[in-house]
Amino acid sequence: MSATDLNDGLGEGSASTIVDTVWTEETSWLDRVPRAVSMLALFLAFLAVWQVVTMLGIISPIIMPTPAEVGRDLVTVALNLLAGDYMLGAMWITAKEVFFGFAIAITVGFSLGVLVGETSFGERAVMPYLVAIDTMPKIAFAPLFVAWLGFDIASKVALAAFIATFPIIVGTAAGLHAADTNARMLFKTMGASRWQTLVKLKLPTGLPHFFTGLKIGSVGVMAGAITGEFLGGGKGFGELIRVAASMLDTPRVFSLILYLSLIGLALFAFVNWVQRHFVFWHKARVAQSD
Amino acid sequence: MNTAAAALTKLPSHRDVVYELRSVSKTFALRRIQALDKVDLRLERGSFSSVIGSSGCGKSTLLKIMAGLQSPSSGSVVLAGTPVMGTRRDIGMMFQHATLFPWRTTLENIVLPIEIRDGKHAARAKHEDARRLLELVGLKGFENVYPNELSGGMAQRAAICRMLITEPEVLLLDEPFSALDELSRDFMNMELQRICMAREATAFLVTHSIPEAVILSDTVYVMRPRPGRVVEEVPIDLPRPRTLDMITTPRFGALVEHIRSRLDKEAL
Repeated sequence: MSATDLNDGLGEGSASTIVDTVWTEETSWLDRVPRAVSMLALFLAFLAVWQVVTMLGIISPIIMPTPAEVGRDLVTVALNLLAGDYMLGAMWITAKEVFFGFAIAITVGFSLGVLVGETSFGERAVMPYLVAIDTMPKIAFAPLFVAWLGFDIASKVALAAFIATFPIIVGTAAGLHAADTNARMLFKTMGASRWQTLVKLKLPTGLPHFFTGLKIGSVGVMAGAITGEFLGGGKGFGELIRVAASMLDTPRVFSLILYLSLIGLALFAFVNWVQRHFVFWHKARVAQSD
Repeated sequence: MNTAAAALTKLPSHRDVVYELRSVSKTFALRRIQALDKVDLRLERGSFSSVIGSSGCGKSTLLKIMAGLQSPSSGSVVLAGTPVMGTRRDIGMMFQHATLFPWRTTLENIVLPIEIRDGKHAARAKHEDARRLLELVGLKGFENVYPNELSGGMAQRAAICRMLITEPEVLLLDEPFSALDELSRDFMNMELQRICMAREATAFLVTHSIPEAVILSDTVYVMRPRPGRVVEEVPIDLPRPRTLDMITTPRFGALVEHIRSRLDKEAL
């Protein structure tokens, strides 16, 4: 069939011969529900099951409070926090531990990460020790930190920093290896010094990895601070939780955990915000591939 | 192919030689592999040369030696009267991938070689030159765009600008457009010719594509592997400026055929 034949055929009976073949891909109704709605629905369903299970006495109310009880306690704690009472003080102490712990973890983690990722001495001599320490259960060091630094905030800062440092080292070191051979060769041909290659190529290329390390570290730093408070006392939020638990005040434990998670959330959100600000090109590429 | 062979004997001598390699050999002691065996090469000012050969024939080793990234085991490498003992600012280089850095705007990427050699202040002083180069490659108005927003061909144009900003004596091109689709590739090759002619640049191209080598070059060096050696220097006598239409001419076909048969023979 030649081209003209084809055109004639189309021109003649396009209205009658062309069958409408528009079709849509089937998606389940569950997948079409807006995200906010499905999240809320899931949450409410969870609460409902929890309420029913505890109300019917399937689980003892001493062990498991009802959601309503937790809700009431959330209000109590909120009022205490807003009034600037002792709970706010406790939260402030924990926040300080988290802040200093994270700051130390970033400083030490970044420095060691550069040492390990940039120098062959670091890679060959230092890295094996870091891996060995990283595989130890770091929480087990808590009594040592208490013995060395006392029951005050310092021992909690140390444990928090200790836990958060390793993912930052790994993230930094991995980031320094992320630049591809072409880019390295290009820098070589431009006569770049080792320092210039590090600052202008390897560090910017490695930023996404570094921030991944920071995010993992930001979770670890919270765990470290609270563990430190559980094991070493003090006046932080962890101590409040411990005391409430020892009095079997489970609604209080739940509501304290929820408020505590706000600190972690704020930290994570902050890291995320900084990342989007500094690694703007990464975001752009993700958006493009969508 | 007597004409090609005959032309070999009367090398044009009216243009001065910018880059000269004399019996350059390279042996990797560790693996006891002879990558290059007595390679001789002369790049005349304003000329375009290509080297073609199968994988592992020592093309990239040759290019690395020419770029000052590797030292030869023996032989002399002389650019613009001075021996090449390491990387130099009068060597411009381009790779298969544009390798623009996404945290720098197009303009900042282009002045990067200046920034690295002479500092930020000198780089800023070159912004005007960079703008002119962008205009030359047809990227006017993209100064402040980040590389993520450039297409593959546009990114390679920017890479050309970055290579030209230091006003190098010689351009070393390592399969610069092989990552592009064929239509863009043809187009970029013609652009490359235009830019080289406008700048009177001396260029040296490494490629896998015979038609690409023929359409761009004044001389094509055919290499054979184990050990890497130049087996023939084919002068391309097609008139300049070259156009894509020439691909269909008998002369073009004959040249491609000659090089291909030469490569096939060496492969056996």
